[in-house]
Amino acid sequence: MYATRTRSARPEPFSVHVGIVERLGLAHMDWPLMISAIGLVAFSLLTLGQATQHDVPGSPNYFLERQSIYALLGIAGMLLLTRVDYSRFRELRVGIYTFLCVSISLVFVFGFAARGSRRAFELPLFSFQPSELGKLLLVLALAGFVIDGARRGSEVQRTVRYLCLGLFPAALVFLQPDLGTSLVFGAATLAVMYFGGVPWTHFAVIGGVLTALVAVVLVVAPATGFPLLKEYQEERLTSFVNTEEHADGAGYQQTQSVIATGAGGLTGRGDQATQTRLDFVPERHTDFIFAVIGERYGFGGAALVLSLYALLFWRALRISTLSKNAYGTLIAGGIAVSLLFQTFVNVGMNLGIMPITGIPLPLMSYGGSSVLATFLAIGVLQSINVQAHLSQKGRFAW
Amino acid sequence: MFLRGDQPLPGSRLSLRVAVLSGVALVLFGILFFRLWNLQVISGDEYLAEAKNNRSREFKVIAPRGAILDRDGDVLVDNRTSLALQLNMAKLPEDPAEERAQLARLGELLGMPLRKIRRTIAEEEEVAAGAPVTLKQDVGYELTAYLEENADEFPGVALQRVFVRRYPQGTLAAHLLGSVGEIDEEELKEPLYKGLEPGDEIGKGGVEYSYDRFLRGDPGLTKIQVDAAGQPTPGGQLVSKAPVPGENLKLTIDGDVQAAGEAGLGAYGHGGFISMNIETGEILALGSNPTFDPTDLIEPTQAEVNELYRDPLLAPLVNRATEGVYPTGSIFKIIPALAALENGEITPNEEINDPGQIVIGNQTFKNAGSQAYGPVALVRALEVSSDVYFYTLGARMWDTNELQEWASKLGIARWTGLDLPEEAEGLLPTAEWRNQLFKEGNTDRPWSIGDNVQLATGQGDLQTSPLQMAVAYAALGNGGKIVTPHVGMEIEDAAGRVLREFEPKTRRQVQIDPGYRSAILEGLHQAAQGAEGTGTDVFGGFPIDIAGKTGTAERDGYGDQSWFAALSPYPNPRIVTIATVEQGGFGAEAAAPVVLRLLEAIYEKQVSEEAATSETE
Repeated sequence: MYATRTRSARPEPFSVHVGIVERLGLAHMDWPLMISAIGLVAFSLLTLGQATQHDVPGSPNYFLERQSIYALLGIAGMLLLTRVDYSRFRELRVGIYTFLCVSISLVFVFGFAARGSRRAFELPLFSFQPSELGKLLLVLALAGFVIDGARRGSEVQRTVRYLCLGLFPAALVFLQPDLGTSLVFGAATLAVMYFGGVPWTHFAVIGGVLTALVAVVLVVAPATGFPLLKEYQEERLTSFVNTEEHADGAGYQQTQSVIATGAGGLTGRGDQATQTRLDFVPERHTDFIFAVIGERYGFGGAALVLSLYALLFWRALRISTLSKNAYGTLIAGGIAVSLLFQTFVNVGMNLGIMPITGIPLPLMSYGGSSVLATFLAIGVLQSINVQAHLSQKGRFAW
Repeated sequence: MFLRGDQPLPGSRLSLRVAVLSGVALVLFGILFFRLWNLQVISGDEYLAEAKNNRSREFKVIAPRGAILDRDGDVLVDNRTSLALQLNMAKLPEDPAEERAQLARLGELLGMPLRKIRRTIAEEEEVAAGAPVTLKQDVGYELTAYLEENADEFPGVALQRVFVRRYPQGTLAAHLLGSVGEIDEEELKEPLYKGLEPGDEIGKGGVEYSYDRFLRGDPGLTKIQVDAAGQPTPGGQLVSKAPVPGENLKLTIDGDVQAAGEAGLGAYGHGGFISMNIETGEILALGSNPTFDPTDLIEPTQAEVNELYRDPLLAPLVNRATEGVYPTGSIFKIIPALAALENGEITPNEEINDPGQIVIGNQTFKNAGSQAYGPVALVRALEVSSDVYFYTLGARMWDTNELQEWASKLGIARWTGLDLPEEAEGLLPTAEWRNQLFKEGNTDRPWSIGDNVQLATGQGDLQTSPLQMAVAYAALGNGGKIVTPHVGMEIEDAAGRVLREFEPKTRRQVQIDPGYRSAILEGLHQAAQGAEGTGTDVFGGFPIDIAGKTGTAERDGYGDQSWFAALSPYPNPRIVTIATVEQGGFGAEAAAPVVLRLLEAIYEKQVSEEAATSETE
């Protein structure tokens, strides 16, 4: 011990100083990713704190307090995952996949009905929604299956296998019914396949089938008297095409959110923001929180938020290219695309250019499961980044 | 494709895919930014305006209508508040079965069968589509409480505090007052009602109609900040415009005289009466019998009104004093007298022999009861109501149009300018009129001397109203002024300050020789109170001198129409009073006693004062 001290009495010229940051595993974190995520959740807390003070009688900070706890838990989870080598998840793919499907299925048995659909377990602090965490779990498992099965079967067989693996949990979620999350599952599945090298021609076929499917579900099936979607689902999906006609029904939410956002103008209305404060915009703390931001903080605030999402996506995509292995690339790609998909669909819905699908805005919408799952996903991204640096095998950096 | 989990992906293939995905992401974010910019910066102002509109709801605050008072300030019409149960059709359940169930439940509470509710809705929708349908006025306290507690079960049902007309004096002056009702679609288009909305109330007749713009008032407006459910937010009253109550209308009507006239007429039958100041045209009393209770007209459906008042013979809603046109009998005689005198067809002293009947052309015209009076001059002719005298005048003027010119000058069969919507024009038979009819084949003969002979005694085709006769008598009494009869005197605010006075101008001046005027007045005085006067039985004991004339008109298909016209006091009259009673018989039998009651009321003070002085003497 003394000898050691003596030997290192003078620092070696090539030694690396190991500081606190290094010890926490934070040294090789992607800081822009971290900053954008924390920035978004901070913005969420600011908005919830200001816009939902009158929502729960007697506790003005109801949503703020809970979202803060979720955010702290999420950040802790993220930091934890940063230090874990994500590659281990590949070995656990069957377990993860089984857990994913079982937890979603259990909701049918134990879950409570929220507005006519069963999505969540009631836990002491919040209701846990397995499908939110499922977005991450599906990517982790499916990427493992893709890597694992890369040499088995023909290309067509592989594509069909991936699709089945991805679409089975998506179908379970769809039956809850939670159309939005099942679409995210679908997008994540396609993303993993995309990064896994499924040929372009297969995507063309899938695209064709999807188009036909949408046509059947929305046009042919109702016309022949066998509607596949529940009426409210179909109305939500189609009403954005002509919101005026549906101004009192399904189009109401969207009309109101467009008015609210538009009224925000360049600089926002601050506390004069009446639309989102006075209940005109429904679900304003969850699905329509972007409209609240748009009205309160104007184009400045909304554009800042959008920029943070762009930054988030860019860093996620960048990490997919830095990964030390293909598994990391697939995971990062899947996470990146599912974040992009959720962001575009939710913001588009708030701005009246996408249908109402009930997809929360990642890190922004109020909700424990979503915030926690998104932070965990970002933790996985950080892990990929850290591992890439540690292995020094990053191929190129943007 | 070759994938190995522990190795990075081959760079070239990955970078292509990443590049494509980046491009897609760039486009997607571009779309969001572009849309955001478009919404907030380019169209921001529009959405801001929409948002401001979005958060406020306007509630109309009904303004109470002005009261209607008589000339002494006694209330004829005012308001009481009532809770009305209104249905907002747009908020009823969409499902027909649910709607039916709710209406049936409501019907049970109100004691209204579903059929009646449906009929009420249909009728109100026809009148004013879109306005709330009033199902019931005066909803009681218990029902109010129940409905408020169970508001969820009755969507679209609202209790609205409304003002309902109140008639503290019952049927008094019902025909003058008119009624109030919801504006209908046709009326909404009229410039007179600019700015009104379906559901607003307007006057529907009588002075409620004529003076609507004063009585109506201005509804107030409360703008309240509401949330999406339409619930007011605390402290969210944005703008508030207080309702401006309607102004009060004071009528020229004297409630006591009106009541006396109505009681008098009521005792004798169907007909009308009017009492008017001959200098100003102010109407002291104007009534019609049979009458109606204006309260019945407050809330009824049209079907109920029809049921109440469907008898065409009774026609209680018709104002017989202004809308009833009849031949007048002998009270018309002042007109041929004036026409003949002014045109030199006769002098006041020229005597005409009255053997009780006269043959003119190939027709024989008789006095009433064929009574012979011998040679009569103007005064006596009026006193005894010698028809032969006036038949002769009519014959003398038959091809001159002089009689018609004078009748027209004095306002017969012409609009009087009365400030009530209910008025009939009447008919003055002329040679031109009958010849035209004959040419068109609508009658069997052209104008003949007999027509003019008939007209000279107020018979034949003549159709005129008590109102028009009052104007003619007023002109005789005041020396030729054709006044504008009116019942509106002044507009007052709630504190009784006069805001506006109505003094309609004299419509025209007719030149009447004062000598002729006094001769005719003397004849009328003799007729009313002279030894052989036709009205002396009734007015002989009346302490005030008057000039008056009985009239008994033959009406095809009816019994004789009884008339009496009086100018009082004689010889310097101030007031004309006319009454007519359908199928009342001789003038002295029915109309004269009605006029007497009116005059007694008018001169009540004077009479009692005179009685007091004579006692002290």
